[in-house]
Amino acid sequence: MVSLRFGAELRMAIDKIVPGVAEAVAGIESGMTIMISGFGFAGVPNDLIHGVLDLGVSDLTVISNNAGTGTEGLAALMGSGRVRRIICSYPRSKGSDNFDARYAAGEIELELVPQGTLSERMRAAAAGVGGFYSPTSVGTDLAAGKEVRTIDGRDYVLEMPLRADVALVQAQKADRWGNLVYSKAARNFGPVMAMAADLTIVQAKEIVPLGGLDPEVIVTPSVFVDRVVHIDNDREWDI
Amino acid sequence: MTADAFTRLSRRQLAWCAAQAIPDGSYVNLGIGVPTLCANVMPADREIVLHSENGVLGFGPAPAAGEEDRDLINASKEFITMKPGGAYFVHTDAFVMIRGGHLDLALLGAFEVSGDGDLANWTTGDRRFPPGVGGAMDLAVGAKAVWVLTEHTTKKGEPKIVDTCKYPLTAPKVVRKIFTDLAEIDVTPSGLVVRAMVEGLTLPALQELTEPKLTLADDCRVLSAPAA
Repeated sequence: MVSLRFGAELRMAIDKIVPGVAEAVAGIESGMTIMISGFGFAGVPNDLIHGVLDLGVSDLTVISNNAGTGTEGLAALMGSGRVRRIICSYPRSKGSDNFDARYAAGEIELELVPQGTLSERMRAAAAGVGGFYSPTSVGTDLAAGKEVRTIDGRDYVLEMPLRADVALVQAQKADRWGNLVYSKAARNFGPVMAMAADLTIVQAKEIVPLGGLDPEVIVTPSVFVDRVVHIDNDREWDI
Repeated sequence: MTADAFTRLSRRQLAWCAAQAIPDGSYVNLGIGVPTLCANVMPADREIVLHSENGVLGFGPAPAAGEEDRDLINASKEFITMKPGGAYFVHTDAFVMIRGGHLDLALLGAFEVSGDGDLANWTTGDRRFPPGVGGAMDLAVGAKAVWVLTEHTTKKGEPKIVDTCKYPLTAPKVVRKIFTDLAEIDVTPSGLVVRAMVEGLTLPALQELTEPKLTLADDCRVLSAPAA
């Protein structure tokens, strides 16, 4: 978008707001790795997930804390057969039937990652860090095959960065640069996923003018965000 | 077989007993299962700051019917309320608090606990029931102390406090205290010490439901909680 500023000087304004879900998810391809924000039913970008389903892409790797419950959102994606692999900490919950069935049938690969390791691996990828040593999972099956190192007398396992091609994130408010604030516990993985993907797509409940978010309270600074779509519906999803 | 001479605590009563044992001023994570019930039965005369792995510090009890906020839930995905002084933060910070040793106490559920404090609570290995580790492994190694809150036996009546965990471990040698629906038990270097038991329960009867050898504390109390 072109606008005039500073008298006659022509400048490209930054406007990451796209008109609809289709434009928001455009370019997502089969075989991609997609991070999806949310913890339980809080903070899940359901409209974007259904946008991805509508694209018809398959062979996806999904990174999300849970594997969805009910019939819509993440559960719809799990049930669609389009997901080859999920990386998550807690796939099974009351109502996670879609995932449970695919898993029991051997139709989906599961990489189970402790929740703090999952979020820190994302942060490492976001921060350009080549891995880190964590005390979590030492002496358990989830540390199998991982390098163990003793630092100051304590054992740690080497964990590698976790990045994605795309992050789908739900936020409360956004401006046209993509600055974000979240709502309560719906924040969860949103800010770290937004940092850890090549293409970060946000559905925001409210769009505010540039300058409408106090710089002291912005949670995700705009540099991490690529596209924003305004989704203000309050419909209750079956998740 | 004679009827039991004792009554097991309800899940809420079990949570109540554990909550009353939390020191004033503590920062405490409540894990999935019975532990999240503690938020509803915290002692009113203490300031205890509750942490939830999904980016919440300083939460309170469940909201009244009709007051639920879909953006405000705990680790068990149940609705909660916020207390003055509470804060929200990104998942990475929630686990900085956990893994970095900033929490005084983590209350966790269990499939099994061993006599030397090994904890198993993330998988049974049965493909019909996908594993779920959540934040358990981070909490088990990161909190300054770990207490387990669980029923004393499985639904089939088998001991959950065992000599050696059959299920894969969440972390070795981390549990300090176990609250069950029958007893409060400390995990000590010299073995399991019974600090309290429900009314009418004897040490031999409790021992029958427990694999590792139990010792009675000199000042063993009656474990009781308000009804309901």
